[in-house]
Amino acid sequence: MIYSLLFVFLALAFAPFLMSVINRTKAFFGGRSGPALLQPYYDLVKLLRKGAVYSRTVSWIFHTAPSVEVAAVLAALAVTPLGGIPALLAFPGDLLFLVYVLGLMRFCVVIAALDTGSAFEGMGASREVQFSALAEVALLVGLAAVAAKVHAVGLSDMCREAWAGGMFGENGVTMLLVSASLLVVLLAENSRIPVDDPNTHLELTMIHEVMILDYGGVDLALIEYAAAVKFWVLGSLLVSMALPFRGTSQIGNLAAGLGGLLVLALVVGCIESVMARLRLVRVPQLLVVAGVLSFLALFNVMR
Amino acid sequence: MGLFIPHIYNGEAISLSSVPVVQVKPFRLAVIAHVAAGDLISAMFAQPLGDGFRLYAVLCAPLREQLGIIATDVADSYPALTPDCPAANGFEREIFEQWGIRPEGHPWLKPIRFQPSRMTGQTPAVGITEFFSMEGGESHEVAVGPVHAGVIEPGHFRFLCHGETVFHLEISLGYQHRGIERALAGGPGGRTIHYMETLAGDTTVGHAAAYCAVMEALSGIQVPPVANSIRAIAAELERMANHIGDLGALAGDVGFLPTLNYCGRIRGDVLNLTAMLCGNRFGRTLLTPGGVRFGIDPDRRQRLLTRLDAVEKDLDTALSLMFSAPSVLARLERTGTLSMDLARQIGLVGVAARACGLSHDVRTGLPYGAYRFDSPPASTFHSGDCFARAYVRKLEVEQSIAFIRRQLNAPSAQNELRKPLLPLGPDRVTVALTEGWRGDICHVAATDHEGRFAFYKVVDPSFHNWLGLAFALRGQQISDFPLCNKSFNLSYCGHDL
Repeated sequence: MIYSLLFVFLALAFAPFLMSVINRTKAFFGGRSGPALLQPYYDLVKLLRKGAVYSRTVSWIFHTAPSVEVAAVLAALAVTPLGGIPALLAFPGDLLFLVYVLGLMRFCVVIAALDTGSAFEGMGASREVQFSALAEVALLVGLAAVAAKVHAVGLSDMCREAWAGGMFGENGVTMLLVSASLLVVLLAENSRIPVDDPNTHLELTMIHEVMILDYGGVDLALIEYAAAVKFWVLGSLLVSMALPFRGTSQIGNLAAGLGGLLVLALVVGCIESVMARLRLVRVPQLLVVAGVLSFLALFNVMR
Repeated sequence: MGLFIPHIYNGEAISLSSVPVVQVKPFRLAVIAHVAAGDLISAMFAQPLGDGFRLYAVLCAPLREQLGIIATDVADSYPALTPDCPAANGFEREIFEQWGIRPEGHPWLKPIRFQPSRMTGQTPAVGITEFFSMEGGESHEVAVGPVHAGVIEPGHFRFLCHGETVFHLEISLGYQHRGIERALAGGPGGRTIHYMETLAGDTTVGHAAAYCAVMEALSGIQVPPVANSIRAIAAELERMANHIGDLGALAGDVGFLPTLNYCGRIRGDVLNLTAMLCGNRFGRTLLTPGGVRFGIDPDRRQRLLTRLDAVEKDLDTALSLMFSAPSVLARLERTGTLSMDLARQIGLVGVAARACGLSHDVRTGLPYGAYRFDSPPASTFHSGDCFARAYVRKLEVEQSIAFIRRQLNAPSAQNELRKPLLPLGPDRVTVALTEGWRGDICHVAATDHEGRFAFYKVVDPSFHNWLGLAFALRGQQISDFPLCNKSFNLSYCGHDL
């Protein structure tokens, strides 16, 4: 319990730091020194001290959305385990809860974007919904495959038992398939390359960034923070599935999990450095591949 | 054809009265026939004459290494050329908005720069005009600009979309109109060279070279060979810097960071080479009518060569990363494709045209200055897509490096940098074409009885090519627009003047 609480606090404190690790990795590949390691925190502080300008066309939906997003992502964090560390809240079926809380978060971003009435944001919303419809399938089916494999329907139990048979045990194939699928889902859901480009200033190509163009100040800080925590949540799930190591001591499990998250951030940074973004019409194909991997894992378990 | 337009050479001055003036009908037929045979309209403009106007057309025949100039007298309207010769589209809109001369039958007659009318002096509100529209389910319009997200110039883009697919893109410019041509009439003066150097800030050397060629032709002097060589070196450095910047930006637009970062730095290195020539990274103050202001001593020559080697080595690494990454090629290939036929019809010039397989390059077709002795071969590619425009840039940078090396390794015994400029001859007209890094730069100037500019006409390559961008977007994904736009990288202020 104490480690579960510790994990939540670590997530709240260090989620923006993972973004920084990605940025520094990209800078390294580009031959730059990159932004300061604490830059995401500086940005958050800067935004929190700023006022906001609201368009006259927006309604209460636009004002409420950032708070709901943060609430949703915190709820998701509460049910997120990390390897052998159980989640703060664990109950049977919490995997569905997690997926739909993240769905609620996305829903808020999308309707807030539509609320602005801007052509850009409408396009971004349309793309986000189209891609997440595919990503959600991959995520749910992947989790279902794990649940079927370990005969448990709680995320914490699933993650603890994921590699029960050891590194070369019978769970290996399922876990590798699901991990590959979750990596794609993680990149898509967190608007990273090759699906989206978090650094671009070109509205016409954006997905996530274009939907939050009208936000500023505290609202933007909340959204940026929620996005960082979302990366941490999905990253924790991926690390739990991909890390074939469960220690006997909780402190060892926590250290391994956090190390895994750090490695994940490095991997994402490397992916962003060595490949270009996909053409937008190709993105669904990538997500379908992720879905297929998840289904393969499920069939493999149920055969 | 049966209609012969007398030719002049690039940078030759002729008497204004020797420009053939024909009836409107033969004028139309001659221009249409020549363009159909492969000529480009380098410039087309009107000047007031008595109660009516004199309409000039300057044609460039790259295959015959000639320029042609022909004129006709019109009152307040004439049958438009555009329906038979789409390349005249922009020029006829310009003539209409400047002088109120109506090209009858022009399919889409609306302001092009929203400049003040030369007849009434009234300035229309920029960007307020008719636009194409589309109706139906899932069809929508996306308006972008004039204020953009990046630090770029203002321009308004309207996309008619069906879902994510672009049916048509309409581009409305004019936000950068400064009235340069109006300011030049009655010149030249002390400021003229500075107008030229900032006409399109990234093409300082290209436009300054064209202006210098005009001045030298009108005053009848020959530039010393050393000056010609330094001008060509500066022009190639400008080409390199811009092409390298563009290649990096293309990589950035597809999210490929290594090439973006390296090219940004290498572009700076090349700009610093230009600074070594004249103290300014964009080549400002280097060129002057009659020659150049700064020479290259042997020590600096050697340092330039050494640093050029370093640039070539770094660039090779950065570009081979980009051109060997399948994810980058997948984005560039078959994006924003223009056919060679379409490119010819709309009169595309420069990199964009050579990427469609057309081999027109002023340096080889109508050589001037140092290019008369050593013209880099025209670099072409056939596919007409974003990849072709990137690849042609890469080829041109390689050719430029080789050219600069050849020029630096052949020092001249002479060291005269400039000839004194003589007074401009009265009642003369000249056309100077240079190959800026975007393509053909055309300056046409005529003098009055006292040897001052009666008119000065500037055509930046962007003026020809913006329509090409609009066509390249047809049937494309709207999310690929930034990539297509960057692959053309056209000038707003060069178009708006």
